[in-house]
Amino acid sequence: MSLLEIKDLHVAIGEKPIVKGLTLTVRSGEVHAIMGPNGTGKSTLAKAVAGHPSYTITSGDVLLDGRSLLAMQPDERARAGLFLAFQYPSEIPGVSIANFLRAAVQARLGEGEELDASGYYRRLYAKMDLLQIDRKFTSRAINDGFSGGEKKRCEILQMAMLEPRFALMDETDSGLDIDALRIVADGVNALRRTDLGVLMITHYQRLLSYIVPDHVHVMWDGRIVKSGDKSLALELEAKGYDWVKNELVSA
Amino acid sequence: MSSLTETNRLVGSFTPEFFAAHLASVSHLPGWWLDRKRAAYEQFASLPLPRRTDESWRFATLAGLRLDGYCRPAPVARADLAHAPVELAQSGQLLFANNRLVARENLAAGLAERGVIFDTLHHALQHHGDLVQAHLLAQPVPPGAEKFTALHTALLDDGAFLYLPRGVDLPAPLVVLHYAHGAGAAVFPHTLVIAEQDTRATLVDCFRSSGADRHFACGRNDLHAGHGAQLTYAAAQTWSRETLSFQSNATVVRRDARVQSLNLHLGGRQSRHESHSQLQAPGAQSEMLALTVAHGQQEFDQRTLQTHQAPHTSSNLLYKNALLDQAKTIFSGLIVVDADAQKTDAYQSNRNLMLSDDAEANSLPGLEIQANDVRCSHGATSSRIDPEQEFYLQARGIRKGDADELLTFGFFEEVLSQLASEALHDSFRDLIKAKFRK
Repeated sequence: MSLLEIKDLHVAIGEKPIVKGLTLTVRSGEVHAIMGPNGTGKSTLAKAVAGHPSYTITSGDVLLDGRSLLAMQPDERARAGLFLAFQYPSEIPGVSIANFLRAAVQARLGEGEELDASGYYRRLYAKMDLLQIDRKFTSRAINDGFSGGEKKRCEILQMAMLEPRFALMDETDSGLDIDALRIVADGVNALRRTDLGVLMITHYQRLLSYIVPDHVHVMWDGRIVKSGDKSLALELEAKGYDWVKNELVSA
Repeated sequence: MSSLTETNRLVGSFTPEFFAAHLASVSHLPGWWLDRKRAAYEQFASLPLPRRTDESWRFATLAGLRLDGYCRPAPVARADLAHAPVELAQSGQLLFANNRLVARENLAAGLAERGVIFDTLHHALQHHGDLVQAHLLAQPVPPGAEKFTALHTALLDDGAFLYLPRGVDLPAPLVVLHYAHGAGAAVFPHTLVIAEQDTRATLVDCFRSSGADRHFACGRNDLHAGHGAQLTYAAAQTWSRETLSFQSNATVVRRDARVQSLNLHLGGRQSRHESHSQLQAPGAQSEMLALTVAHGQQEFDQRTLQTHQAPHTSSNLLYKNALLDQAKTIFSGLIVVDADAQKTDAYQSNRNLMLSDDAEANSLPGLEIQANDVRCSHGATSSRIDPEQEFYLQARGIRKGDADELLTFGFFEEVLSQLASEALHDSFRDLIKAKFRK
């Protein structure tokens, strides 16, 4: 059993505070959804936890199994078991997916340990089949000229290959048609059964019909203002974000 | 006294005695060639060294061009070389060390019978004199290259000669290795390729030092692509880190012929590379590619000239440099379109990836167009590693240094992927990788 704890986290971009005291604990096998309108700091939270250099953590802590991640470089955090599925994955011309994933898998081996190439490809092709990704994909450059749906499936492929303990999924549903959404959801659900903990950031309820969350949190102005089970997502969908806003104002 | 000092400075180690000793060693070669060498030596000795005011040497570190401290190297046996085999299926190989042939792998079966000549320049001078005389160092010398072209002509000893008679299609690349061995060794590599009508071939030139000694290299590779010929020329320069190197090229492209050249620059202390493509008849195409990894205090100076002399010709140049540490690169390119070269398509692009804040990339792209119906463009960019791409790779657990290396290879891939041969692509990729491992 693993634990990802976000404790009273404050994040700024430059001088501007974006996340203003957010506390949340995710356990292995749990799916938490963070919902909220644009500009409330959802993506900032995900990127700051993953260690993006443009985001400054001004106070609070993020712990993975009791060990703080904050002093670690982004690559160390990833090797410690964290995975960020990007909302807008980078396009990297000239670097093939096969070489990239190989480097990522190699980075997790010990000093002087060599990657078993045939085993690696066997595993890669199995995951690709699962996600219904054409094998020709591996020789293509990372996200270069990919459709929105291809990019998101490529993110899930990476997640499946790297087997993180916790995944931060930032608007994974955006840009996906319903078939692609189902494939991505099946992929995540399969990983979830292997004890992956998920923090899913989403704007819409739609994704949550496919990846059913254990907990739903509403984020507003850099904080979690409401938490509940999956029914909260449906309530939010029915009543809109103004409902939360009005509740906050009256409180 | 001062005039003697001045003479010494102009010739450095390449004194009249040096030249006389060289000339004596090649006295069996044809008289016309020896006469040319004498004239070339006079020219070399009288021409000034590059000056601050020479536009064609702008930005170059002139202090690094001193010509003293070099010697005529002793003959070397193959067994004495620190030789790494070229991992590539080949149609033939010539291995030169200190200006002399030390080993060869004969042409693949049937090629010699079909009239292919792949031999030493000495052999060609003695047995195919007219052919050699028509092509050996026969092209115009661009400004700035005069002194070192003269030096090369004067002191050129042996080199590679390739002749492809009409219709020959080589199944695999030919490989030429040019080694320098021993402290202060001065070498003058030469490769001459004459491809007749409708031929197809790939030649790989490898410039290497055996060991880490200080060397002087002044080489030349000339390519002549006849009507409809398809020529690929790939060169890997991995001289020792103490080497001063000049390399120049003249490429002639005839009707409907296509030449692709890729120069990989990795070695040397200070390396100048000049490349001149002449598109002489309609349908001629030249693709000029180069990749450089500059690190430490290395300086790479690349000068290019694309000359369009006939209508409906195209040239496409892409030079990419990756710069680390305090390294320096210079790119100076010129596209010249003659008045009757209508419908010319000419591109020139120099792109620099700055991996260090202390590195320096200089770029001087240029156009001289006298025709009025052409498509020409040029551009130069310098960029850094994209922090978002770097973060993306790091977010997958890849360490920063490895991420930057992957991104650098991504930057190079646009050039490397132009090579049709996957084996050659991989072999060049491995050379670049080896440089990053150092």
